[in-house]
Amino acid sequence: MEPFVTLKARAVPLATENIDTDQIIPARFLKATSKKGFGKNVFRDWRFDKTGHLNYEFPLNQKKYEGAQILVAGTNFGCGSSREHAAWALVDYGFKVVISSFFADIFKGNALNNGLLPITVDASFLKQLLLEIQTTPQLQLEVDLEKQELHTPTQKTSFAIDAYKKMCLLQGYDDIDYLLSQKESISAFEAQHTLSTL
Amino acid sequence: MKQPKTLFDKVWDAHVVTAVPDGPQVLYIDKHLIHEVTSPQAFNELEKRGIPIARPDQIVATADHNTPTLDQHLPVRDPLSRNQLTELSKNCKKHGITLYGLGHKYNGIVHVMAPELGITQPGMTLVCGDSHTSTHGAFGTIAFGIGTSQVAQVFASQCLLLEKPKKMRITVNGELAAGVLPKDVILYIIAKIGTNAGTGYFCEYAGSVFENMSMEGRMTVCNMSIEMGARGGMIAPDQTTFDYIKDRKFAPEGNAFAKAVSYWKTLPTDAEAVFDKEYHFAAEDIAPMITYGTNPGMGIKINDHIPVTGDMTFEKALAYMNFSKGERLLDTPINYVFIGSCTNSRIEDFRVAAQYVKGKTKAAHVTAWLVPGSQQVVQQLETEGLKEVFEEAGFVLRQPGCSACLAMNDDKIPSGEYCVSTSNRNFEGRQGQGAKTILASPLVAAATAIAGKIVDITNTLTV
Ligand code: SF4
Repeated sequence: MEPFVTLKARAVPLATENIDTDQIIPARFLKATSKKGFGKNVFRDWRFDKTGHLNYEFPLNQKKYEGAQILVAGTNFGCGSSREHAAWALVDYGFKVVISSFFADIFKGNALNNGLLPITVDASFLKQLLLEIQTTPQLQLEVDLEKQELHTPTQKTSFAIDAYKKMCLLQGYDDIDYLLSQKESISAFEAQHTLSTL
Repeated sequence: MKQPKTLFDKVWDAHVVTAVPDGPQVLYIDKHLIHEVTSPQAFNELEKRGIPIARPDQIVATADHNTPTLDQHLPVRDPLSRNQLTELSKNCKKHGITLYGLGHKYNGIVHVMAPELGITQPGMTLVCGDSHTSTHGAFGTIAFGIGTSQVAQVFASQCLLLEKPKKMRITVNGELAAGVLPKDVILYIIAKIGTNAGTGYFCEYAGSVFENMSMEGRMTVCNMSIEMGARGGMIAPDQTTFDYIKDRKFAPEGNAFAKAVSYWKTLPTDAEAVFDKEYHFAAEDIAPMITYGTNPGMGIKINDHIPVTGDMTFEKALAYMNFSKGERLLDTPINYVFIGSCTNSRIEDFRVAAQYVKGKTKAAHVTAWLVPGSQQVVQQLETEGLKEVFEEAGFVLRQPGCSACLAMNDDKIPSGEYCVSTSNRNFEGRQGQGAKTILASPLVAAATAIAGKIVDITNTLTV
């Protein structure tokens, strides 16, 4: 996994609430057996109209938000299915951070496992931020993971992140590395566990 | 005195191997179910890093998400789907993992076939790369869906790194009215508490309604726990649970079974145990439900009106569904009905539907897909004569799989069409691009197929 330390980037607003993983990546695109290439179908049914043409109403398609690496989304982002393809699609599209006032559990875990940082901010901060990037698309946001801070030109907030997950992101280290380092305690547990239950 | 514990605490605590200082816990996983869509990238990851699979004997695989429901004996036509199935077979063979692939007598939707085979047992931890793994909580199992990175973690170590979730309890006491099914109970609960009331929690369902429910019904309820945001749902194991498990293929036998039962009996929540959040509902307030919007929380009683006010999501949902505020859905013409998915494709679901359908005929304009959850359900339908009942009423039974629940295969509802569906998600496009899903119980779905429109079944039933 790529380490994540700081990021200075532009953001794209997606004020819709309860964006589920079926919208992030529809099921018909889940047929690949690798993690690559999902970016081209991210938000597929919102980015394209029924005839397959780009929908210019949709923020991701607007020139003014081109190259944004931060997605700012309405509350309860990533609800629905456990498909990690949603996180892969966002990463593959070029996002490094998602900001919302609430994330669904599984999505949050999936994002962190793929170096995509989910930042939870309070509802009023989110509202203000959405407004600002809608009026000033060029706006640069700064994320400092070490300090756990998010800066916009007018506001600043700190965000929470699990200490262990923070360490993983900063060092580009993942759960498999950690779990393998615990092999001995796992084997010891297994030996007594099998006996104590069935 | 020992600290009183909940069912969830007891099972969780028995599986904690160790903890990261100031961080998550290492939770041991007993059973790992896999399928073709969320496993290939995990196998690749291990391969790439040269890590062996820790406990292939604890993994069971099935093919379900992306399989055709017609002509399963023929080669799968879609090359991408075929490739996923081939990868699954190859990976399972290579690592010595049991696979109940397409056409196998134990094949089926992962959350239908595993309990049927007795793989799911009380007191276990069980995971699968699919959010509706919560289904297995019906047995008093800690069961939850995981992402593919976590599938790889379990492959590598038989463990997961997790924060212990908080605990909530939903108690429903009383007597359900005729025609009110487990599906209605859970749709009612979600409509009441919302789609993220459960986020960060594991939910226990308690009270006489769940105590009196069959295992099939309990699975329907636990299945949809994820739709209120909870990682999983659980119901205390009792005699109904033990009777269901006994004599199934993977169930312990003889003395081992007796020993297991005495352990399982220690699992229910202690009287004094405390939950972080509690809800109470009365069975008498619950009626047959349908959804009008694009998340499972947008549900109403079948003869109620759509609310007149709501937020942005509400407006957007009504626009997508082409419904109006304050409108009733009764008499809405329906062309598609889907009875299937891991929520409602068990034998009991088809029994209820068949009982209603018997002696009636399906409306001519309705396309109705009846998709059993597993090969074993197919067998039962034949043995019990239900297949004939459906055929006489003009229905066609298809072969097992996820089918139109997520429309990854060819079973897609055409754009713009309504589908009364027994599945669990009514998200935009879930059943096919532009498809409009109305969630309901198998009984409401069957009645819709007969009438060709949404009908109020509440007066006509005595079941
Ligand atoms: S039936 Fe639907 S919800 Fe259930 S496992 Fe299959 S796709 Fe998931």
